[in-house]
Amino acid sequence: MKLKLKKGLDLKIAGKITDMVPRHTDVRIFAVAPDDFPGLKPKVDVKEGDAVIAGSPLMHDKHHEEVKLVAPVSGTIKAVVRGERRKVIRVEIEKDDRDAIRQFDIASVSSRDDAMRLLAEAGLLAEIRQRPYDIVPNPEVAPRDIFVTAIDSAPLAVSPELSVADKTKQIQSAIDFLGKVTDGKIYISVRPETVLPEFKGAVKVEVTGAHPAGNAGVQAANIAPVNKGETIWTLDIVTLARIGELVMTGKREFSTIVAVTGPEVAQPCVITTFEGAQVAPLLKEAQLKDTNHHIRIISGNVLTGIVTEMDGFIHFPYRQLTVIAEGDDKAEFMGWASFSPAKASVSPTFPGHFSDKAFVPDARLNGGRRAMIMSGEYDKVIPMDILPEYLLKAIIGKNIDAMEKLGIYEIAPEDFGAAEYVDTSKLPLQQIVRDGLDYMREALE
Amino acid sequence: MNFLKKYLDRVRPNFEEGGKLHAFHSVFDGFDTFLFTPSTTSGARGAHIHDAIDSKRTMIIVVAALMPCFFFGMYNTGYQHQLALGHDTFPFWEMMLYGFLAIIPRVVVAYVVGLGIEFIVAQWRKEEIQEGFLVTGILIPMILPIETPLWMLAVATAFSVIFVKEVFGGTGYNVLNVALFTRAFLFFAYPAQMSGDKVFVATGTALGYGHAVPDGFTCATPLGQIATQTTDQLTLTGVDGKILTTWDAFIGLIPGSFGETSMLCILIGASILLLSRIADWRVMFSVFAGGLIMGWIANACATPTYPASYLTPIDQLLYGGFAFAAVFMATDPVTAARTTIGKYIYGFLIGVIAVIIRTYNNGYPEGAMLAVLLMNCFAPLIDWCVVQANISRRMRRTKVISKNA
Repeated sequence: MKLKLKKGLDLKIAGKITDMVPRHTDVRIFAVAPDDFPGLKPKVDVKEGDAVIAGSPLMHDKHHEEVKLVAPVSGTIKAVVRGERRKVIRVEIEKDDRDAIRQFDIASVSSRDDAMRLLAEAGLLAEIRQRPYDIVPNPEVAPRDIFVTAIDSAPLAVSPELSVADKTKQIQSAIDFLGKVTDGKIYISVRPETVLPEFKGAVKVEVTGAHPAGNAGVQAANIAPVNKGETIWTLDIVTLARIGELVMTGKREFSTIVAVTGPEVAQPCVITTFEGAQVAPLLKEAQLKDTNHHIRIISGNVLTGIVTEMDGFIHFPYRQLTVIAEGDDKAEFMGWASFSPAKASVSPTFPGHFSDKAFVPDARLNGGRRAMIMSGEYDKVIPMDILPEYLLKAIIGKNIDAMEKLGIYEIAPEDFGAAEYVDTSKLPLQQIVRDGLDYMREALE
Repeated sequence: MNFLKKYLDRVRPNFEEGGKLHAFHSVFDGFDTFLFTPSTTSGARGAHIHDAIDSKRTMIIVVAALMPCFFFGMYNTGYQHQLALGHDTFPFWEMMLYGFLAIIPRVVVAYVVGLGIEFIVAQWRKEEIQEGFLVTGILIPMILPIETPLWMLAVATAFSVIFVKEVFGGTGYNVLNVALFTRAFLFFAYPAQMSGDKVFVATGTALGYGHAVPDGFTCATPLGQIATQTTDQLTLTGVDGKILTTWDAFIGLIPGSFGETSMLCILIGASILLLSRIADWRVMFSVFAGGLIMGWIANACATPTYPASYLTPIDQLLYGGFAFAAVFMATDPVTAARTTIGKYIYGFLIGVIAVIIRTYNNGYPEGAMLAVLLMNCFAPLIDWCVVQANISRRMRRTKVISKNA
């Protein structure tokens, strides 16, 4: 199956990885942040000083106790960091060298409930998202279809295929296993130049198009959109391979690659480590450029990532770090009148629009927040059959009926990343979408 | 520019909450963000980088696109004045200076009144000053006859900015085009001063410069003349009594509102707007298409009852405010239809209705203005239909699925 998406935007940003040979660095501290798993109400199962092994539960969901967040490494709990009103910010683990790993019981899995329980218990359900609402899937609901993406179309991202090229067996077992979970289809989306073979029991979708073409939700909206009352799962190929590893061996795989990218990185590179790694050692390996302006470290890509600090951590679902200039220390005289070719824009009023050179962005909004003035801007970068302006207005107006009719079940914040970038009015579109999804879920559940 | 930045940073505390100049914080903010790109950065989640385009640049591009028309308006005002005086020499710089002196008080009044209201409202709402009026303020004098009294211009601007824009929530929320509403307000409130054969040619001195034309001088615009003709042989004359040709109308050396006469300059402006993709080509294209088609129909069924029906479709586009409305008014994204299909319908109907009004209602040569304002009101309805189509597509999908299940 072929899927050609015409809308979207590929940004060319400096700091691309050229050498794909993974490096290794020793990271000692790892963390799991429950905020990275929307929809999950965390209850912490461990306390400071506890010994854990890779795969043992750190937190569980209050509503569905079997849904766990698990430790990515073996070691001791360094801290349970809490914020205001004792909200759990993250659980930090200091890694030891035992490399002990939990063995899950896979022999007794036969029914759908067993399969769900295994996924939930192993912390893998939490790494899948369901639509509607873009949250950790409800284990009581079997998904209509499952959409797996082997594409990361975000700026500076490396292809997820890099980590699964030698895992075709695991992927095949995962597909067989997920057949228990869904009666529908399992779609695996790839770029036409993929090295992945055809898998039995899955539909291979060759996707062409600019970002957000790689988002599983965007693909779903174009293949088989989510309707009211339906649920689909979205995950990426790496998670799929991990499910395969689990059902084949009973062990969770936590090792991952992290792409360290961005214009402020001296040697953009790929580093192997485990999920939830601390940022500092990774940046030490890739080295930051020697600058004296403020920088912004983003866990993830520049369009949808999360700000983190040097002593912060890689947030799920990202396997990427991007470092850019913050820009708040720049004094730019009449920037709106600039004809500098260094400014990137989708607008032909900037010479940079015609340049093919990778540009060096900073985190400034480049303007003041306004009401929606220009029309059709979002449509150009959201390849889905929805009317983004109207949906966003329905969300802002908290009109549940309109949100439903305009397709809120089909969207996730990440699908609006490129739209937020191009927006002349500088509106926080992804936050609006997140709030809308949460509001909708609260109202209906 | 560092000293300026330092100065702004030094005086900033005076304008902040509790400072003695807090009452002017919006004004300060406006100047500060105008001079220096705000250093506000993205939030912790969401897009971390943003496109360089913002609403300041967007609005300035529109103002830049208006400049050819503006400068030509200066020239034409001086030119028509020379003709009215009966001179047969046309010294370029003298005409430009006369035109400049004639228009500049109007621009100043429009900006002072409009921006003044915007500043006060922004201060009151504790918001940033919005750029929308940058465009409106230059549009207003350009679409008015040059002889419009300044006080009327001030009253109309104030009325429009307050009741058409601010009460709806400011830039981005208005239903009607503010500049056009100003024109319409004057047209209906002061018809004697706003139409007819006395206001479209500057006859007095401009701020003391130039010579006054003797009393009793009249010259109507081409569309004004057509309305009073009774034969199928239209004769349109200029200020000097010479016959006006299609070429004159294309270049724009005809009496009319200050910035609207030159098709050539409007086309230059249109190309700026289209190349910069600030304006939507769909709207612009379909207004012209609608005008041509309706102009052709009207011309095909021409009758002496409606003398304007003898105008060829091309002439319909060349005379009056049609082209200017198509390029600069209909394309205002806030008041136009916002859906892709809606834009075609919206534009097409503007073109059609503009020609219908000016052809079949001799009293209203300003069909383009009324057509845009009318369609401004209908744009939400057009969009509603397009949105409903999207919704019913989604609903149908749900039904098919629940049937199969």
